[in-house]
Amino acid sequence: MTSLPSSQPVPESRSASDPPALGGTGPAASGSIAPVALPPSPPASPSEAARRAPAAPLPAAPVPAAEVAGARTWDGSEAPVRPKKAVPEGLWMRCPACGETLFRKAVEQALWVCPKCEHHMRISAATRVEQLADPRTFEPINATVAPMDPLEFVDVKPYRDRIRAAQQATGQNDGVQTGTAFIKGRKVVLACLDFTFMGGSMGSVIGEKLTRAIELASEGDLPLIIVSCSGGARMQESGFSLMQMAKTSAALARFDDQGGLYISVLADPTTGGVTASFAMLGDVILAEPGALIGFAGPRVIAQTIRQELPEGFQTAEFLLKAGFIDRIVPRRELRSELGRIIDYAGK
Amino acid sequence: MSTLTSYTLDFEQPVVEIERQIEALRSRGDAAAYAREIGELESTRDRLLAKTYAALSAWQTVKVARHPHRPQSADYMRLMCRDLCELHGDRRFGDDQAIVTALARIGSTKVMLVGHRKGRSTPEKLACNFGCAHPEGYRKALHKMKLAEKFGLPIVTLVDTPGAYPGVGSEQRGVAEAIAVNLREMSRLRTPIVCVIIGEGGSGGALGIGIGDRVAMLEHSWYSVISPEGCAAILWKEANDQTNSIAAKALALTAADNLRNGLIDEVVSEPAGGAHRNPQAMADALGGWIVETLRELRRFKPETLVRRRFDKIRRIGSLSEGAHS
Ligand SMILES: [Zn+2]
Repeated sequence: MTSLPSSQPVPESRSASDPPALGGTGPAASGSIAPVALPPSPPASPSEAARRAPAAPLPAAPVPAAEVAGARTWDGSEAPVRPKKAVPEGLWMRCPACGETLFRKAVEQALWVCPKCEHHMRISAATRVEQLADPRTFEPINATVAPMDPLEFVDVKPYRDRIRAAQQATGQNDGVQTGTAFIKGRKVVLACLDFTFMGGSMGSVIGEKLTRAIELASEGDLPLIIVSCSGGARMQESGFSLMQMAKTSAALARFDDQGGLYISVLADPTTGGVTASFAMLGDVILAEPGALIGFAGPRVIAQTIRQELPEGFQTAEFLLKAGFIDRIVPRRELRSELGRIIDYAGK
Repeated sequence: MSTLTSYTLDFEQPVVEIERQIEALRSRGDAAAYAREIGELESTRDRLLAKTYAALSAWQTVKVARHPHRPQSADYMRLMCRDLCELHGDRRFGDDQAIVTALARIGSTKVMLVGHRKGRSTPEKLACNFGCAHPEGYRKALHKMKLAEKFGLPIVTLVDTPGAYPGVGSEQRGVAEAIAVNLREMSRLRTPIVCVIIGEGGSGGALGIGIGDRVAMLEHSWYSVISPEGCAAILWKEANDQTNSIAAKALALTAADNLRNGLIDEVVSEPAGGAHRNPQAMADALGGWIVETLRELRRFKPETLVRRRFDKIRRIGSLSEGAHS
């Protein structure tokens, strides 16, 4: 079961009830996005939006800042908490990076990139699919695969309850959408991780669905595209989760043996066990501007080395300079860039 | 197995008390007169040790796995191997001391040995970053494992790490990429690979040299996606002895748990009271297990090995195929 793509940006700060993902540093480092708790605004045509824009009143009272849990780090310490900025309701939202008040519809049309500062906001898997696939070409596979609770994991809250809450909130079974699609007319296997589902953390379902997607790409001799957006491994599945790193990487070895093309796209954030497995194994690795990409969390590292971290540490730009990604691609160019690389390297 | 350790775990206190009595009797001039008492105390101690170690909690297991006298890779190289020929360097950046790679013989079996190195003395620990490897450590391991493949040597990895090193250089030089590449390459190396978690199996840093045809854990080692402290700090917002203990149990990180969940293939028993009480006996048992396992694996052609290794990894996961309502 897949829900229709709902064009919504994803809150960039994690609520206190968010399940922690591992290895990640998380989102707090890159600020909090505004439009949480806003009902989807009714679709408006661009022209209508433009007409309405100046008239739409800004709310007088900001929504109280929600409690925000710190970003998670691989060894469990929390990254510094930045309080969530107040969110105006309605047609307006605030850019989490530059603070500019923006007209929601215009931001949506800009693929959830701030028109003022180019900040790439987090988007759900459904929105990502909608942005990348040619219209109505995405055919989901294995959408009914759902998580179990092999360890009957209970912390302050049972894992089962976390799963159910995330399923109800997202309409998804777990944190990845996989399927076939056309991108600029080329058939591909497309997988998009979903940060809205337990921080995109990888448990058995993400590992299995990605592996099946890789195998489908092998069988069909299709290019494979995985868009990563995850805090890392899912702690509530412990060793099962860890072994998904092995499984996806082993499946990619076979795909590689066959000469398959795998393009890995790294979105904000890509950290922990996801970075240390399939995300870093692309034949070509693309990243969105400003995306946080790393293994360990910045706070852990700062504690370990007892020094200030370098400017821009663990950003896409940092990784490009260090030689670990091929290109930084702005979201509006991503679709055509994928098409171009497939033309060069695909079969 | 009577060495009085200078470092005592809290739950070993009653055992240490008995050992103190034994030592006191032994040190007497007329010790011979107390042979019967000493013998009785010794059997009491052995029963108590066996009972204690048979019922370790998950958190106690973690403490045993981190015991300062627990044998490390360097000890196994000394006690289990001979004709050791260490090979250095990743040919790219450096020679990470946190991972050791060496040609070695275990019994008469020639192997490529790859192990985390934690260090025992403070300078050693610092040189090895307490067993936390940088990317060059993982790349060194892969470089030597590929040599092993080329020359038809089986690979033995000894896993003992709290996790990969969290640092600026580590990130800058791509520790995530280094681990990812190892996972991919180890899954398709055309030579037998045997992995043993000898102490701590901390997350991706452990898995980075942990893909094999046969993966075992020593009886009192731990292996998990995160340390109990890390887990407790995140989920319980505080890491203390109580939350660490709950987290350790929840993470199912013991050898028995991992075996039951199908995440490892075997558990290698430790001497009574843990490997730290008798490193030589542990090394003998481990060496025997490795030689026997490699003998079994030698029967398979490389392509069969690789296929079976893949199939084993491919099966891991816990999910339902049905839709939720
Ligand atoms: Zn902005």
